[in-house]
Amino acid sequence: MSPAVPGREPAVPEDWELVVGLEVHVELSTATKLFCGCANRFGDEPNTNVCPVCLGLPGSLPVANAAAVDFAMRLGRALGCEVRGAVFARKNYFYPDMPKDYQISQYDQPTNTDGRLELPDGHTVGIERAHIEEDTGKTTHIGGGGRIHDADYALVDYNRAGVPLVEIVSRPDIRTAEQARAYVRELRAILLAIGVSDARMEEGSMRVDANVSVRPAGADELRTRCEIKNLSSLRALGRAIVYEAQRHVDLWCGGERPRQETRHWDEANGRTTPGRSKEDADDYRYFQDPDLVPLAPAAETVAAIDAALPPLPAARRADLAADGGGAVSAEDAALLVERGQDGLVRAAMAAGADPGVAATRVANDLAVDDWSPVTPEGLAALVAMETSGRLTATQSKQVLAEMAEGGGFPDAIAERRGFQAMARDDLAAVVDQVISENAEAWSRFCGGDEVERKKLAGFLTGQVMRATRGQADGAAVNRLLGERAGS
Amino acid sequence: MTALGIAAAVKSGERTALDVLDEHLARISQRDAEIGAFNLVLADEARTAAREVDAAVSRGDAVGPLAGVPVALKDNLCTRGVPTTCSSRMLEGWRPPYDATVVKRLRSAGAVIVGKTNLDEFAMGSSTENSAFGPTRNPHDTDRVPGGSSGGSAAAVAAGFAPLALGSDTGGSVRQPAALCGVVGLKPTYGAVSRYGLVAFASSLDQIGPMASNVADAAACFEAISGHDPLDSTSIDGARDPVVAGLGQGVDGLRVGLVAELCAGSARLQEADGLDGVSAVEGVAADVIARVDAAAAALEAAGAAVTVVSVPSAVLGLSAYYLIAPAEASSNLARYDGVRYGLRVDAANAAEMNVSSRTAGFGAEVKRRIMLGTYALSAGYYDAFYAKALRVRTLMLRECAAAYAGVDVLLGPTAPTTAFELGAKTADPLLMYLNDVCTIPSNLTGHPAVSVPFGCGDDGLPVGVQLMGPALSEPVLLRAAAVLEKAAPPDGGAP
Amino acid sequence: MSGRITRDEAAHVARLARLRFSDEELDELAAQLSAVLDHAADVEALDVTDIAPTSHPHPLVNVTRADEVRPSLDRDEVLAQAPSVDDGQFRVPPILGEAP
Ligand SMILES: [Mg+2]
Ligand SMILES: [Zn+2]
Repeated sequence: MSPAVPGREPAVPEDWELVVGLEVHVELSTATKLFCGCANRFGDEPNTNVCPVCLGLPGSLPVANAAAVDFAMRLGRALGCEVRGAVFARKNYFYPDMPKDYQISQYDQPTNTDGRLELPDGHTVGIERAHIEEDTGKTTHIGGGGRIHDADYALVDYNRAGVPLVEIVSRPDIRTAEQARAYVRELRAILLAIGVSDARMEEGSMRVDANVSVRPAGADELRTRCEIKNLSSLRALGRAIVYEAQRHVDLWCGGERPRQETRHWDEANGRTTPGRSKEDADDYRYFQDPDLVPLAPAAETVAAIDAALPPLPAARRADLAADGGGAVSAEDAALLVERGQDGLVRAAMAAGADPGVAATRVANDLAVDDWSPVTPEGLAALVAMETSGRLTATQSKQVLAEMAEGGGFPDAIAERRGFQAMARDDLAAVVDQVISENAEAWSRFCGGDEVERKKLAGFLTGQVMRATRGQADGAAVNRLLGERAGS
Repeated sequence: MTALGIAAAVKSGERTALDVLDEHLARISQRDAEIGAFNLVLADEARTAAREVDAAVSRGDAVGPLAGVPVALKDNLCTRGVPTTCSSRMLEGWRPPYDATVVKRLRSAGAVIVGKTNLDEFAMGSSTENSAFGPTRNPHDTDRVPGGSSGGSAAAVAAGFAPLALGSDTGGSVRQPAALCGVVGLKPTYGAVSRYGLVAFASSLDQIGPMASNVADAAACFEAISGHDPLDSTSIDGARDPVVAGLGQGVDGLRVGLVAELCAGSARLQEADGLDGVSAVEGVAADVIARVDAAAAALEAAGAAVTVVSVPSAVLGLSAYYLIAPAEASSNLARYDGVRYGLRVDAANAAEMNVSSRTAGFGAEVKRRIMLGTYALSAGYYDAFYAKALRVRTLMLRECAAAYAGVDVLLGPTAPTTAFELGAKTADPLLMYLNDVCTIPSNLTGHPAVSVPFGCGDDGLPVGVQLMGPALSEPVLLRAAAVLEKAAPPDGGAP
Repeated sequence: MSGRITRDEAAHVARLARLRFSDEELDELAAQLSAVLDHAADVEALDVTDIAPTSHPHPLVNVTRADEVRPSLDRDEVLAQAPSVDDGQFRVPPILGEAP
């Protein structure tokens, strides 16, 4: 088996094809839980957001949260699903973090079916279903060095029990680890755009399981798959898929076959380890929950959801590209939309900003949580200062950072920082002074071959930078040196 | 004294609620050791509540329609801070942190909760012999069962421990013990009374209902506890017709259908046309059928038109019920796992702890039904059993709709026999299940049904006849029940 | 007794239900459950393929509540009912298997 190379994903051998489907659980950002009025809130003292319903106390009954149902339908429509009449079902199994020892979910009649998600590169992944279900509580294993199997005992907190989830099940249409990551990024962008979840993988409000199998390239069979759990970052997702695929290839090539099982991603060791075997036929005894009544959204309800959907990431990327007239790179467009900064950039373009510079500057240098102080007009003014040479790229980044912190308009910030001193005439004076102070180097520069010239340009530019405390624009210095040398 | 009589006397100041309560507490202490109706008598709490009613009356405050009326609660109704056991070791000592909706409604109607009554464990049984705390005995003959599973509530009313009691009815658990104890028992329309706070047995069948010594009291109690509850998704919203106000309107012109499948041997069946090949449920005794015929005659005498109708799927009811109810129960009772409340038997790991706790906490009948229900839902059997049983429900609803196109109410027996001796049916589960054969159809359809005493069987023990109607027909059912009550032969007073 | 259910099947069902029985109890249960299923043969034999199942007696749909926070329970009251607690949480013996 090929060792994992840090920072790089080895590809699956060319004569094999990777087949991946993802199951993503997303916590909905409602005020209350799915079936009771307890707060849906992360980080509170254990067992303080609990009531008879979410503790599954005898006699308690669930009543569905209208907002959770609405959020789920909104997500379904955003994924192009058919939103249908649905029933809640009980999935029966025992586990201490599940108060009723059954999970209320949707089974044969889910709210959303048959959708699609288009990745930024144009590849389409089918969505089989996106159903509503309740979350479980949280178990902490105590003792035994943190390893589950050696724990002395466990503690259960039911604050999370009953939090509304939507489980989005893709079809096995994903063919590369990069596509898997793009799928999750795109799904996250959609969730944020429609405002139904904060979709944070690290905090567990978005949880990804990957069903991985391989097949000989060109085949269309589906071979034994393994479900990989515990993927808590995009990096882990990609690495785990590649590792698991390679493991399958090795098994098949060695005349063996993978066992259908759940596996866990071991981030530290970069491998998957076997978990629960699926051979002991899971028997969840699903049946319609008699405590709840069916959901039957009217056609007008679905139409109203459609009408209220905001522009979705794919459309927003297209709009950004159109406004940019080809100057905005696909990567920048994807990133800007993912971060919700496309509106800012498009408005700045409308205010006259150079599209390529505006997009690049924001994509590269505005990766902050709160960028609300940056106005389109301010951004447009900043870009103009940069394109006119009044600010170097480095200075422009610093000004933008200060704008994001509420520092005001770019010209005022630049003036405060003394950046305006580096207008073209001032820079020319510094260049001339450096030339006179380094006569020998200058003559070698003027008479040297290309290699020599390049070397000395670096030296002279360094001198200019030192004299201007880094405020000079390297490109402008180079241009001036070239002019002075008469070439 | 009746519940409505007590409420009137308390409101007028003629009697105090405390007086009334003490009278009932005295009866309980005299005789409940023998009967075993109560799991818990709440003397202190009840006195406090009675004093509050009296204080309100003396202040001239408005008091509810059940002011000062002692009410016994089946011990599967949650009462905040007060043990709620379901007559199971599993929940022994459990104090719910909340009140059932019906308990809140009774309190605001001015009722005084006098205690928690015995039942078949988790309401699974027809004799109240499956209680972890011992059986309840029939006040009419203490060698006999009171019926079940609301046997404690039925016995409490029959013995005069409380004029009103609440039971729960999943397959006949209010009506059958009411019949065996000679009291009135109503199984309301599914969704008419909130199930919030009723410890679930089979969620799509469970319904809380009143038990009383007379029809008017049962009607008043039903009015007090029914109505929409936002905490129960299956609760019916919307206005309801008043029940008590129309009780005296009689049955002139009412169309009554004697259900052929429940009344094998009735003289009326032989006279009726087009009933060749009708198959009837097993085991309904001739003396019970005779009382049903007498009830039909009494209704006719009061102006009703009685015909015989056929509901063929009624004979499938028992089978369908004993697939659906255990299936739901197997899931509803999964939560008793030793983690959050109730009994825990410790073990080396959590799964073993679950097994040990459940094995120690549940009685034989509960385990049997969990097994049956788990089997019926499990892979490979769901379609053959559970899914088919749900289709029988549809069939039954269709046939009932057809029947109700021609008649207003249906008539039949409540229980196949009068009260049987303790231990007579405990060895054979199926024999015990047959007790519910006449009551189950109304649970499967969700329709209301009432059992009203109508004389005695050959053994001198009470017989109940059952009136069934379409959804939300309680006003009509109770009006007809009131006519039967008036026509019933005197039974020689309370036992 | 028809023997519709074997001891092994009964044992499998018991595992699903988290109940423990002796072999004798399993045999007795298998016989009793078989008898109930024999009685249900009438339902099993029914041709009801064209009849939709009824899970609910009344055709209610779309019963929901507004997304408004309501008071939760007092933690001490909740934990007072638990067999074992620690640090504001429910304590259980070590959990060996993982959740599905
Ligand atoms: Mg799920
Ligand atoms: Zn809650």
